[in-house]
Amino acid sequence: MAKSDKKSKPILDELLKTPTGIKGLDEITGGGLPQGRPTLVCGGAGCGKTLLAMEFLVHGATQYGEPGVFISFEEKSEDLSKNFASLGFDLNELESQNKLSIDYVHLEPREIAETGEYDLEGLFIRIGYAIDTIGAKRVALDTIEALFSGLPNESILRSELRRLFRFLKDKGVTAIITGEQGERTFTRFGLEEYVADCVIFLNHVVSQQIATRRLRIVKYRGSAHGTNEYPFLIDRQGFSVMPISSIGLDHPASTERIATGIPRLDAMMGGKGYYRGSSILVTGTAGTGKSSMAAHFVDAACKRGERCLYFAFEESQNQIIRNMHSIGIDLGQWVDQGLLQFQNARPSLYGLEMHLVVMHKAIDALKPGIVVVDPISNLMAAATEAEVKSMLSRLIDYLKMEQITAFCTDLTSTSGSLERTEVGISSLMDTWLLLQAMEGSGERNRGLYLLKSRGMAHSNQVREFILSDEGAQLKDVYVGSGGVLTGSARLGQEAKDKAESLEVKLEIERRQREIERKKAAIEAQISALHTQFENERDELERLIAKEKQRCETLDSENLTLAKARQADELSTQQGSTGKTRKGDRK
Amino acid sequence: MTSVENHGKPKTPETGEKKWMLRLYVAGQTPKALTAFANLKKICEEHLDGNYRIEVIDLMVNPTLAKDDQILALPTLVRKLPEPVKKIIGDLSNTERVLVGLDIRPIN
Repeated sequence: MAKSDKKSKPILDELLKTPTGIKGLDEITGGGLPQGRPTLVCGGAGCGKTLLAMEFLVHGATQYGEPGVFISFEEKSEDLSKNFASLGFDLNELESQNKLSIDYVHLEPREIAETGEYDLEGLFIRIGYAIDTIGAKRVALDTIEALFSGLPNESILRSELRRLFRFLKDKGVTAIITGEQGERTFTRFGLEEYVADCVIFLNHVVSQQIATRRLRIVKYRGSAHGTNEYPFLIDRQGFSVMPISSIGLDHPASTERIATGIPRLDAMMGGKGYYRGSSILVTGTAGTGKSSMAAHFVDAACKRGERCLYFAFEESQNQIIRNMHSIGIDLGQWVDQGLLQFQNARPSLYGLEMHLVVMHKAIDALKPGIVVVDPISNLMAAATEAEVKSMLSRLIDYLKMEQITAFCTDLTSTSGSLERTEVGISSLMDTWLLLQAMEGSGERNRGLYLLKSRGMAHSNQVREFILSDEGAQLKDVYVGSGGVLTGSARLGQEAKDKAESLEVKLEIERRQREIERKKAAIEAQISALHTQFENERDELERLIAKEKQRCETLDSENLTLAKARQADELSTQQGSTGKTRKGDRK
Repeated sequence: MTSVENHGKPKTPETGEKKWMLRLYVAGQTPKALTAFANLKKICEEHLDGNYRIEVIDLMVNPTLAKDDQILALPTLVRKLPEPVKKIIGDLSNTERVLVGLDIRPIN
């Protein structure tokens, strides 16, 4: 594509392209097949040549308004119609609308004798007539090599083929010519000699009993194209190629956070949960609750109204739904509402590339917000570690590109180290949760660690992961002198702690009451003393008053006596009374 | 629109069915077509004793007819009768092969 961009500056006679309408193929070829030129599609038996050719025509007729002619040298038109009906192509209908014309060209070598000069003008006339009748823009010849077995004179045939391709070019049709793969050549009879513009090679490789289909653009004159082998898929929707390797590392990064479905886990991640579009890995040994975490996440997403796609490589849809009922999650309702879709497949069903294509297709069709892969480790059954890693990195890259949150579970073996992932894909993951079985005091409990979570503050503590009727819960584990305690040991320890704290509380209350009591006692004492003091003071005052009284009485008596004695000094009666009195007394 | 040309100047009257029904497919008056026709006529005259009929079909005029007899190569001679159908491609220059191909025993 880059090449064609450069070319577009001095607009000369740029190569026009005819879209095939086949998913992925147009991307690899940068727009389709060379317009008005023949393209050779070659490959071994059963690799999808006929399908590719027919899809090219059907898409042309239905999507691009370009009628097509299919010249079949191998299958009768009725057989073709039947075969393609299973892919949802109604060839008869297209034929009746004059959008497609199928001509079965058959040569029976037994019937034919050859004498002297001849040419293939009859074939030309048939093709030409078919093209002109419906105004075809596309032609497929499948597979013209059948002529080699029907006609003995190869030199005539070769020169006629050369003429045929020229004839097709002159007609201005975009043609697909299929050819059987030869031993050392792309086609058994060297058709690539004549079709020099574009050659597509289809391949069907069986490795470890698993077949993978791949497509490669061998040559595309005048255009840049993807050069890799691209896996492709043939399914009920037909042909699809995935140009996965073209994805770069420039995906957007969202700051939006989405709930994990487990409130306590949200809390461990700063109270908000995962980033949207991030990739989450949950590793753990068997039965640690990986799928349950996935179910929680899916459930939460569906509650928000997001679509989810669940790739299950271990369990069937019904089994998952039933099992999740036991922890209080009803996934069935989301399936019914169309928010959740399961894709269940055995990993060994087809090769990894094919899994990737299938996933790609399903993701494209549903456009989910969340994709669950449960578990990725099972894919190992279908390929080697390096292949799995490459496949997953492409899957995750793709999901990130589409801002889809990926939730992968990974089954680790018990003997492995704590942070080992089978596939070594942890580096691809943004958030990594580890579920670990903790054995002790005769039971097995689940511990959850948040090993990493890129770009957010997160708790570094282990939590006990409990699956209950109301779903998964996270509890603090007891960390004390006896180590990490979980399960009933934790409950026991918690009860003990509770008793101890109760004791302390009671002690405090007791002390406080004692203080109150002491205070009350002291206050009582104080008031008693006070009363005593009051009494004593009263008594003393009384005595003082009495004494005073007595003194006064004495004075008055003295005065009276003095008066009686006719004392001469009355004026000194106050101040010198005592003296006088004393003196008097003396 | 079968252009039936009885170039063969039938030597037998038009009464009964001809034993030999031959159809020659050509595309226009090409040298090969003309050679083929000439060769065919000669062979028929020599070996079939008038008990034949030749149809010449020009596919340039009637392209649809090519489909029925599965014609690819031109010229093609089709023996419609007697059964089974046989085809000979080429300009029929090798008489011996034509006779074998049409299963005609030379007249003693």
